[in-house]
Amino acid sequence: MTLKPPSVSRRGLLTGGAAAGLGQVAAAAPATAATAADDTGTATVAFHGPRQAGVAQDPPAHAAFAAFTLAPGADRAALGRMMRLLTDDAARLTQGVPALGDTDATLAVLPARLTVTFGFGPGLYRAARLPSPVADLPKFSIDRLQSRWSGGDLLLQICADDPLTVAHTQRMMIKDARPFAAVRWVQQGFRRSPGVQSPEHTQRNVMGQLDGTANPRGGEIDPAVWNPDGSSTLVVRRVRAEMETWDKLSVTDKELAVGRRMESGAPLSGTLEHDRPDFAVLDETGLPKIPDFSHVTRARVEDPRLKILRRPYNYDGVPDASGVPDCGLIFAAYQRDIVEQFVPIQKRLAEKDLLNEWITPIGSAVFAVPPGCAEDGWIGEQVLA
Amino acid sequence: MRLTFLSGSRRRTVASVVLAGLLTAGSLAGCGGEEKTAAGGGTTPSQAPSAAASVLTIKDPWVKAAPAGEMTAAFGTLVNATAADITVTGVESPASPMELHEMAMQDGKMVMQEKKGGFVIKAGGSHELAPGGDHLMLMKPAAEIKAGDEVTFTLKLADGTTVPFAAIAKPFAGAEESYAPGHGSPSGMPMGSMAP
Repeated sequence: MTLKPPSVSRRGLLTGGAAAGLGQVAAAAPATAATAADDTGTATVAFHGPRQAGVAQDPPAHAAFAAFTLAPGADRAALGRMMRLLTDDAARLTQGVPALGDTDATLAVLPARLTVTFGFGPGLYRAARLPSPVADLPKFSIDRLQSRWSGGDLLLQICADDPLTVAHTQRMMIKDARPFAAVRWVQQGFRRSPGVQSPEHTQRNVMGQLDGTANPRGGEIDPAVWNPDGSSTLVVRRVRAEMETWDKLSVTDKELAVGRRMESGAPLSGTLEHDRPDFAVLDETGLPKIPDFSHVTRARVEDPRLKILRRPYNYDGVPDASGVPDCGLIFAAYQRDIVEQFVPIQKRLAEKDLLNEWITPIGSAVFAVPPGCAEDGWIGEQVLA
Repeated sequence: MRLTFLSGSRRRTVASVVLAGLLTAGSLAGCGGEEKTAAGGGTTPSQAPSAAASVLTIKDPWVKAAPAGEMTAAFGTLVNATAADITVTGVESPASPMELHEMAMQDGKMVMQEKKGGFVIKAGGSHELAPGGDHLMLMKPAAEIKAGDEVTFTLKLADGTTVPFAAIAKPFAGAEESYAPGHGSPSGMPMGSMAP
């Protein structure tokens, strides 16, 4: 793993007025003079391409997931107009260029690896009178879903290493979506800030667990995440952490629930985080070292093509008067096919996963992720044009 | 009179052809903005220079969405890459009767009024058309200009040449300048259309 994701364009290191006019000289010059802080602010991720950005790249530190409900009159033609506008906004803002008519253009110049990823919910296809490639998840016994965190016809996943950049992008794009759609929910989340850990570190969630150890990596990502046409699918689940009861567990009990060491993330059968979990290893009493009810056991996928790419963000709201936190995980998972990949894992977890005692899914939404677009195109053109 | 609605890709194609044919290289920001021109090398399709009639470009054009019959405006940055001043004397659009407007102080209040003599863009300079400043006024759109629509315009220059361009319509809550008395609508500019 390199320190910088390969998709971060070199151009991103050269943003700002100084780059204009330097042309190829600037493009060829390494950004040796730039400090680390400058890199974080000016780094860009290419927007155009056969696949959308914001999926395979290392997740930036901040995210807003904004879901919309389409206006009653929003037909296929209107959706096309909406997506042209929103694509134009995203193409500019991700490169550090103000949106057209940007009312706060100064907030647009530090993209900080900004990506905007578009998802289409089943309702968007209904509005366009087209068959939907995604359907709502089946009901799971563990779900306590709230409508205010569920569903959505359109999703913007806005990610950047700076929360002000996320806020400005969200503001500009919601304004342009407003003639076509109402805001249904927004979930704001965070990971470790840039520079705190090198990107190859697996991140901890608010429960202290290393989250994402089993993600597909490198060459495993493509066959698990992308369809041949450059499309994918996204599941967004809001999972509340029941911290008051989680706090009551000893570290050993937490490790048995997860199946991994809290500190190292190593499976209970091994010593290092990326050791392959061995479910046959027994402890001195003759029981499996990794319990059958553990999260790792239930979530394990061996076939790389059936893995899902978890891209989760923590959320931490305002505690209530007695100090009970409102925190958890915005569980975002990308995969080729929800039914083939995501649903079987979620079924196994719902049936038997000790971790269910301390986590509660309170929101759920599914989206098709249309292919990316060329510079003269727009996201969704293959569906809506 | 009718609006011209083009698909996104056709729009870019039209814009590129227009710019390649009439305008100076490297001045179209396109979706990605200026930096593409600076650092993106030859990937921007609109960079082919034309020695023939390099006169004026408009960068990042857009128009404020509006209901039929209600005044609205188009914006962008006029760029003059030539060695001589250029004067924009007028503008036309199939969408609406048009005027060149400026904002001016009148009785202690900023109002908009027709710009006498047009916009002068200095040699090698640029001239911003923006909410709260100079703009291209659509006096009475024949049909609703919906968010995401494409509207075509033609700038008329003092030397008789014309510069056509297409602008995307954006929902925009600003630019509600009051109109100088005696120039038409007493109610000022309405908000952009909110119809889907």
